[in-house]
Amino acid sequence: MSTKVQCVICEGDILISDGAMEGELFLCPDCGTELELISLNPPVLAEAPEVQEDWGE
Amino acid sequence: MAHFYIFYTRLRTEEKLLFQAAEGKGLPFSAVNVTDAFWPDLPGEKGDVALCRCVSQTQNSALAILLESRGVVTVNSSDVMALCADKVTTAAKLTSAGIPQPEYAVAFSPEGALEAAKRLGYPLVLKPPTGSWGRLLAKVNDTDALEAIAEHKAHMGAAHSVFFMQQFIEKQGFDLRATLLGGKALTVIKRCSAHWITNTARGAYPERYPLSPELEKLLGQVQNAIGGAVLAVDLFETPDGWLVNEVNGQPEFRSSDGELTGVDIAGSLVEYTWSLAKQ
Ligand SMILES: Nc1ncnc2c1ncn2[C@@H]1O[C@H](COP(=O)(O)OP(=O)(O)OP(=O)(O)O)[C@@H](O)[C@H]1O
Repeated sequence: MSTKVQCVICEGDILISDGAMEGELFLCPDCGTELELISLNPPVLAEAPEVQEDWGE
Repeated sequence: MAHFYIFYTRLRTEEKLLFQAAEGKGLPFSAVNVTDAFWPDLPGEKGDVALCRCVSQTQNSALAILLESRGVVTVNSSDVMALCADKVTTAAKLTSAGIPQPEYAVAFSPEGALEAAKRLGYPLVLKPPTGSWGRLLAKVNDTDALEAIAEHKAHMGAAHSVFFMQQFIEKQGFDLRATLLGGKALTVIKRCSAHWITNTARGAYPERYPLSPELEKLLGQVQNAIGGAVLAVDLFETPDGWLVNEVNGQPEFRSSDGELTGVDIAGSLVEYTWSLAKQ
């Protein structure tokens, strides 16, 4: 099962599967924006934060 | 009964593999997103173990220090994280252990950087002491370019007020990435690219590479110098032998895991971390 959530930028449809976890990243198939699943019940997407200077390995 | 935590902020491929591994092994395990959480309301007690996997190195270090204050064993320890997060600190440690690395200089002003370049020669590589994924690395071919870049850096804030400079090493299209767990080399891969920056995060492709006795010895020396449960060591090949470029303390391992090497890094890392719990 999956839930349809709208892209916060272009309102395109994004399918979030039931096994998805908080923090997971999605690409909007319509506009290509990187989105982050910020909460689960109900699923909410927000624009993923820009890469920061101290991110990485 | 001890508990196994994986703390994270962003679900990369590695975190997903780690969750699957911990679940698959039936461990008493929780994945905790710390993004909107706060200390002291995070879980973890004396004897528990935690993989700290925040994508921000600053956040990961803070988290590990706090967990350690409660007696949680973190992978890596906060000391090792701090050592690996800073290229000046890592280089200094490698020097005191006599481990071969590219010749380097550290300057404290654009003028100092220009003087240091006279010693190192061109081309050279200028790196922010903290940072990853090849961000803001500059290959500098001459004095004109160095003057411009150093001046720009002087306007980029305190993090860029220390100029870490390395001699540019002519590679044959690849560097090596060795992933060490509990002091043993789990995997070695080549990271190949036509670009001088060969991070897989920047599009380099991975290939298998054999572990020679010479490499094994060098990696053992790196392990002794840095410590830590899990390390990723990047090396350059030169006619005079291997040079250690840097050591990562919170490695990404998707390119080394599974299909290419036949090694289940996520599973091994989970098992090793769990073995540190007081059961
Ligand atoms: N002195 C050098 N000479 C030649 N190539 C270099 C040199 N330093 C770095 N590189 C190239 O740039 C890549 C990134 O360098 P480095 O690992 O120091 O940066 P980083 O941003 O910390 O990357 P990460 O932490 O993700 O491994 C190296 O894998 C290598 O291909």
